Amino acid sequence: MTIAADTSILARRENTSGRLSDFFWRNPKILLLLMLTPPLLWLGVIYLGSLFALLLQSFFSIDDFSGLINYEFTLATYRQLLIPSNFDIILRTVVMAVLVTLASAVIAFPIAYYAARYARGKWKVIFYLGVMLPLWSSYLVKVYAWKLILAKEGIVTWALAKLNLLWVLDAWLSLPVVGGTSLSISYTGTFIVFIYVWMPFMILPIQAALERVPGNLIEASADLGGHPAQTFRYVLFPLALPGIIAGSIFTFSLTLGDYIIPQIIGSSRLFIGQAVYAQQGTAGNIPLAAAFTVVPIVIMGLYLWMAKRQGAFDAL
Amino acid sequence: MTAVLFQQVSRHFGAVRAVDSVDLAIAEGEFFAMLGPSGSGKTTCLRLMAGFEQPTSGHIEIFGETAEGVPPYRRNVNTVFQDYALFPHLSILENVAYGLMVKGVAKAERLKAAEEALAMVKLPGYGTRRPGQLSGGQRQRVALARALVNRPRVLLLDEPLGALDLKLREQMQEELKSLQKSLGITFVFVTHDQGEALSMADRIAVFNDGKIQQLGTPEEVYKRPKTRFVADFVGSSNVLPPDFVAGLGFSKGYASLRPEAITLGESGPGRKHFTGRVVAASFLGAANRVTVEAAGARVAAMVPASLAVPAEGETVTFSFLADDLHQMDGAQ
Repeated sequence: MTIAADTSILARRENTSGRLSDFFWRNPKILLLLMLTPPLLWLGVIYLGSLFALLLQSFFSIDDFSGLINYEFTLATYRQLLIPSNFDIILRTVVMAVLVTLASAVIAFPIAYYAARYARGKWKVIFYLGVMLPLWSSYLVKVYAWKLILAKEGIVTWALAKLNLLWVLDAWLSLPVVGGTSLSISYTGTFIVFIYVWMPFMILPIQAALERVPGNLIEASADLGGHPAQTFRYVLFPLALPGIIAGSIFTFSLTLGDYIIPQIIGSSRLFIGQAVYAQQGTAGNIPLAAAFTVVPIVIMGLYLWMAKRQGAFDAL
Repeated sequence: MTAVLFQQVSRHFGAVRAVDSVDLAIAEGEFFAMLGPSGSGKTTCLRLMAGFEQPTSGHIEIFGETAEGVPPYRRNVNTVFQDYALFPHLSILENVAYGLMVKGVAKAERLKAAEEALAMVKLPGYGTRRPGQLSGGQRQRVALARALVNRPRVLLLDEPLGALDLKLREQMQEELKSLQKSLGITFVFVTHDQGEALSMADRIAVFNDGKIQQLGTPEEVYKRPKTRFVADFVGSSNVLPPDFVAGLGFSKGYASLRPEAITLGESGPGRKHFTGRVVAASFLGAANRVTVEAAGARVAAMVPASLAVPAEGETVTFSFLADDLHQMDGAQ
């Protein structure tokens, strides 16, 4: 009868871990607090704090003679952004980011659509590996690999020469702005490598969004007389839009801030990231570097605000 | 005129014969039900009519025109989907007007037509809401309005009442039936609920394993099931084994006998009777369902609630009119 006596209906736990889990079961909010406090402190103090410090720096100015920072509130540094040489940097970066984002979305959509709608089992695994694999190797290695691929002695030139299509490349490179002496020292090269490096960040959110679109909505549209193009325009695209926006946030902001790709591949003209690097390093102009950094933040804020106003998140 | 015609239509998915050599002809203005368990091929038949599937072999005609190779968006046929498939990012009015919008009907005109369609399904003024804000029954009505606003020649309904609770389902059954009568549109209705099929349809096709087991009016299918499967699936008929049937003086073979055709006690000319031991009795409101074991067969009978219920283990005699016993083909 001892067994029956021991197994009471409301079993008691006497050890510490048992009492602790009972306590958390009764007070779930305390558990939540304990779990969230460290990451929130990290985010709030270290991350947001430094961002705020940066913002503050951008309202200071640098003394041209002594090179020391003048801790008085001024908008002079922001005015500096508008002088042509600096404004060109901003314009160049924003145009590049817009083009990279648009091209990434156009290339990523069919891939994501295939993965979400058709790939099953083995093919889904192959898709994920194919998309993720480039993320596993060093970013620098990939960029240098692209430098060789796009160089005058590289495989692209070689392959086009073998196909007797070198004139196409030469014609393209002779164009103003997008051209250059070779692909690896032209904006075209920078554009290609940006697309390559950010592609997974565009494919995965679109794929996730498409995966949540029930197949019968596509059928319902066709059933009601919607041609494939109309189904895309009125059903598929609006429902995938949150994913496209999410992907474009990645490609757009990453392109706005990157300073390695344009340094290795492209003409020697600066992008925002390089300008920040140069201002805070060699030039020692922290306020101007900070002001440059604020530009992508403001642009992203505007972009999200516009996307929200356009109803991009209505389908969430 | 024939609205939908299937000639030897098959749809195979790999080794699975979802639809296997089906022949059927649905008349214009008919309320046609396709009844069967899941995986019996009824939904695939509906999808073949809508154009979501193409037949592996065979020939399909819709109002005399060849349907093979015609995409869904070129068919004047609309579907009410099982889980409604309303567009979540559009308002109810935009959902209903969708079919007219893609056909290029002017905005004012299509919104007016959509309002009228919503009024027809008793949801006037719901246009500004989103599908997520509606209950299951309301979404069902919106799906119906969205299909009907296009004035289809054939309306396909894929288990449209499956997700509704009993009371709502009965109400919608009546509404669908009267809507079909007033509009005169051909309705093709897929269901696994035999009661629904029997009460609503002009004719029923009973499906099993990709084949039509029986095609006929509800009364035919119910009273004279052709196969054991139909007898089992439609209603709650007794399927009597060959020996039992032979013992009563009929030719040897499976036969069906409806529980309500059996009465307690033996009496009258033209009647057959058998004796058995009561193994179960359950109260169903208007009647008691009494199951007896007789000569190796289990037979259920409906005993009116006004009569005393025989106790379990008691031996009772049942009788029925010889005409009510329906002998079936083969041993299917």
